[in-house]
Amino acid sequence: MANRFITEAVDAWVADDVDFSEEMTEYRHNTMLKELFIAICVIAAFLVAGWTLTIGDYPIGFFHSYEVLWNHLTGSITDSTEDFIIWRVRTPRIFTGLLAGFGLAVCGAVMQSILKNPLADAYTTGVSSGASFGATLAIALGVSIAGAGGYALVANAFVFSLIPVLVIVTVAKMRGASPTTMIMAGIAVMYIFNATTTFIKLGVSDATLGALFDWSVGSLDNSSWRQVEIMAVFVVSGYIVIQLMGRKLNVLSTGDESARAMGVDSNTLRTICMLIVSLIAASIVSFTGLIGFVGLVCPHITRLVIGSDNRFLIPASAMFGAALLLGSDLVGRVIIAPEVIPVGVITSFIGGPMFLWLIIKQKREVWRRPS
Amino acid sequence: MATSIIELDKVECGYGEHTVLKDISFTVDEPGYICVIGPNGVGKSTLIRVITGLIDVKSGTVRINDKPLSDYSRKEQARIIGYVPVMSSDFNIMSVLDTVLIGRYVRQKWRTTQADIDVAYKALRAMEIEGLANKRFNELSAGQRQKVSLARGLIQEPQILMLDEPTANLDVRHQIYVSSFLKELASRTSMTVFTVSHDLNLAAKYADTVVVMKKPGILYGIGTPKEMITKEMIEEVYEVDCDITDDRGTPHVVLQEVLGREEYRTAI
Repeated sequence: MANRFITEAVDAWVADDVDFSEEMTEYRHNTMLKELFIAICVIAAFLVAGWTLTIGDYPIGFFHSYEVLWNHLTGSITDSTEDFIIWRVRTPRIFTGLLAGFGLAVCGAVMQSILKNPLADAYTTGVSSGASFGATLAIALGVSIAGAGGYALVANAFVFSLIPVLVIVTVAKMRGASPTTMIMAGIAVMYIFNATTTFIKLGVSDATLGALFDWSVGSLDNSSWRQVEIMAVFVVSGYIVIQLMGRKLNVLSTGDESARAMGVDSNTLRTICMLIVSLIAASIVSFTGLIGFVGLVCPHITRLVIGSDNRFLIPASAMFGAALLLGSDLVGRVIIAPEVIPVGVITSFIGGPMFLWLIIKQKREVWRRPS
Repeated sequence: MATSIIELDKVECGYGEHTVLKDISFTVDEPGYICVIGPNGVGKSTLIRVITGLIDVKSGTVRINDKPLSDYSRKEQARIIGYVPVMSSDFNIMSVLDTVLIGRYVRQKWRTTQADIDVAYKALRAMEIEGLANKRFNELSAGQRQKVSLARGLIQEPQILMLDEPTANLDVRHQIYVSSFLKELASRTSMTVFTVSHDLNLAAKYADTVVVMKKPGILYGIGTPKEMITKEMIEEVYEVDCDITDDRGTPHVVLQEVLGREEYRTAI
């Protein structure tokens, strides 16, 4: 016979007449704080976008830039020169920056979650190295998988960036899709691609080497609406699918066996997510070149601020990434104007020290095992 | 009405080529607190996994409520059987409340409702960790994490709750609390609590039914603690000399010396 203490505990568990409305209010409040973080990132991205619109040889003010944009969208263009500059030249760059930051951060957040590894992003899974190799083939040897002209490079980068993913998924299928196996396979492929890229570079002219360098540092200089359209298709549709799987990703965070017992097939989920985020990363890296640290740092900082509930972490990281990348591009364009520092250099300059600071200061170590 | 809740019929299973469980057959007909005991490596955790559907049988059948486990969809199965592994492998910096709420996945809609919060707080209260609700999961000790995992198992409100060593990281007070809570819960609701334990005295004191496994992954027997926890069983299955005393109607094991047979050393 259980003692009174235990009987009461079970009474409390089976009771239907409970009132946890205060706790619900507190829960809603905590949820609202997470949504507030997302809102702040959206506003920051909006403000940075406005500021970026003003940057360039032709002077157009902050509010006036938005006015020109509004006029274009509503079909009441007043100044065709200003309209051309804002709509044709400056806006594509902004959308490329926003989409690239958004997408790379989604990739980082999802890869870190599914691979349970703080270093997982488009780089460590080999996606960027694959893209680099594809671009090198196009620039140095003129070899293209598909397309011609400017799109030969993009098509090459895209196709080759998918090879590491296929290797990861195949190895995972053969050996059982453990997160460690997947990231090790990614790193192995990264080394192979990097070595091959370096080998090709040994035999090219200085001019080609220069072109390769330009691509490898990552920049938003060659943005166009066509590029924005292609990126948007991959980034937006990929994000929507990932967002719909937010709760499943939370279940996955409890461990593969627990997840399976809750009705989530961890191997399948991990493979699907890997494919989706790799497509997102490939669509970005192919156009912009290698932009580091956004995918690594944004999810980290966001996780520390709002926690790791993927329903909120993914959109929050994404908006933070969009603001950070566009902000970095802005910094790169004003710091030693009229010279432009490629955005990839700025993100690494900002991201590197930020990451170090996080490692040193971070008390809430998510990757720690309990003592 | 189902005639049996859990039924294993000549089950054989394992990992790859290696067979862990051999010819296991038993039936659980009534809800209650069931405890699997046996030495290391005899397949206690594998037994829990095979009933939960985490590993497939090589031969034989597992039936839940008279229906083969393979006939259930993953979602249906998740609503009937809850599973809490021995060691939490959670990987998050969510609050304890959010971590527990993940367990509502099989029942919850996209948004968390008042009903979800109610059941989550009831589970936290049941596990005496209500005060930790807003603390981050990654800041907890191993024992606290174990209680969070148990609370998450409870809020799934399954018919069968499978717990792999639910008291492994807990101090004596909490071992007794959790064991007696689960026993009382099983006796007052229609829940079947199926656990693995290394503590023979906890099994003797709280289990309604004890399943004893022995090398090499076979069933020694199933019965009440009084029937199963005997000097003969402990000597044969664990190879340990012991005395059995009576503790208010249940057997109490006082372990003595190892009966060191050479083959036992290499078996673990």
